[in-house]
Amino acid sequence: MARFPKPAEGSWTEHYPELGTAPVSYEDSTSPEYYEREREAVFKRAWLNVGRVEQLPRVGSYFTRELAVANAAVIVVRGRDGEVRAFHNICRHRGNKLVWNDFPREETQGVCRQFTCKYHGWRYDLDGALNFVQQEGEFFDLDKAGRGLVPVHCDVWAGFIFVNLAHEPEQSLREFLGPMITDLEGYPFDRMTARFGYRTNIAANWKLFMDAFQEFYHAPVLHAKQSPEKYSSLAQQAGFEAPHYRIEGPHRLVSTSGVRFWEMDTELVKPMEIVTRSGLFGPWDQVDLGEMPPGVNPARCDPWGLDSFQLFPNFVILLWSQGWYLTYHYWPTSHNTHVFEGSVYFLPATSVRARIAQEMAAVTFKEFALQDANTLEATQIGIESGYVTDFLLNDQEVLCRHLHKEVADWVAADGAPVEVRR
Amino acid sequence: MTALLPAEFADLEPFAAKWCLPSEPERYGMRLASSMDEMHAFYDAITPRAEAAMTYLEQYELHDLPEDAINLLHLIYSMIMVSFPVEAWGQPRVPDTGSASFDNVIEPMP
Repeated sequence: MARFPKPAEGSWTEHYPELGTAPVSYEDSTSPEYYEREREAVFKRAWLNVGRVEQLPRVGSYFTRELAVANAAVIVVRGRDGEVRAFHNICRHRGNKLVWNDFPREETQGVCRQFTCKYHGWRYDLDGALNFVQQEGEFFDLDKAGRGLVPVHCDVWAGFIFVNLAHEPEQSLREFLGPMITDLEGYPFDRMTARFGYRTNIAANWKLFMDAFQEFYHAPVLHAKQSPEKYSSLAQQAGFEAPHYRIEGPHRLVSTSGVRFWEMDTELVKPMEIVTRSGLFGPWDQVDLGEMPPGVNPARCDPWGLDSFQLFPNFVILLWSQGWYLTYHYWPTSHNTHVFEGSVYFLPATSVRARIAQEMAAVTFKEFALQDANTLEATQIGIESGYVTDFLLNDQEVLCRHLHKEVADWVAADGAPVEVRR
Repeated sequence: MTALLPAEFADLEPFAAKWCLPSEPERYGMRLASSMDEMHAFYDAITPRAEAAMTYLEQYELHDLPEDAINLLHLIYSMIMVSFPVEAWGQPRVPDTGSASFDNVIEPMP
């Protein structure tokens, strides 16, 4: 018996009939050829989040991003007019990477008045204009006005900086995000600047880690030992059900119900959670973030736990009811590897106890994420062997089904028919 | 030897040199490099003192802590770090995470 009502069709999956209910092959996560198609059809066409405006606090603040999946290196900079712009990180003279320190493949950040190429000293203004050429008179027919840095389409939504590597994006950022995402405007992302950031290399296809964090069917089992035995066994008996799933355009949402740990019997919580009044769901003493925008907890779940917004293709914003949020980014580096970046954001703590509660939440997040990370390599090994070629997805895994279909649709739309089975 | 912690927490001084670590990578590294006996001893000593330590620290603004109080705060962060091996895992590393890592690259200070 379902704890939460399902759509009239009988299941979340059948509510979105284009998804089907058949087994899937995961060939899209093991094929080097398919990965090459994704690079062109998805990562060179979709809007990609590369950071937040707080990383560019003043005029001349910049950071670089290595977007290996799109074979691109990008400079993101705040100009004299305050606008955030992005450029290909390539000197127009002979192609040297313009901004880097020590290692040309590593990302960097800083503040500058202009960009100067290390090789022959060509200089570019913060708006990309070429404004100095060493021994300019030696060149032939040099038109400096036409030799500025090559711009990358760049736009900002709710303080999140996005780039699009297409020659001409098919949609504006706002159209691409759609109302399910833009209804989060007004959430105080700009004030939540206390950040714990993590990064790791994962030996699995990027979509497999997205799958791991867009279903919670695994939670009572994989994470059982994170909780006292009494809690784990109750959680495992109950299983996981989400009260709400939503798919809109290329993006996805799962909302979960909340758990009031602070009202529970002490046998059900870990001693350190009681000491710090914090844990996986965040600090127990909820911070007041003010009135929430309509996009937060859109199904009005009560008690509400979290909203995990899965933004196509590789970006997640996860809002916890306790007044903090996470972001995840999955940056593919090959068909079976990717770099994962996770960040935890809080309002800056104003008291020692609030800061300690944040520490507990962040450390707990890492303990869980380590468990999630290691299963991915094990899954990649299994599906890559090719001995088993069809795999089952249940109704709580509806969002996994949608991601793989959405990627396939983008790949199909970009050119030759897709040859792999989903 | 000069005390690292406020005089009121002299009983925790034996753990201070090892566990007053300012960053998550240092604390996580020390956890992996420590035995369960060491972590149990530290956990058993500090947990009953945690409430008193937090009350003591509350007399200061978070961003205006004297050095011995910062050390005490870092010791509390290490208490959180070792609580996972002690309360959940029975070993320093999260089980089944032999090839997984999760490197902290930025954290609020203090």
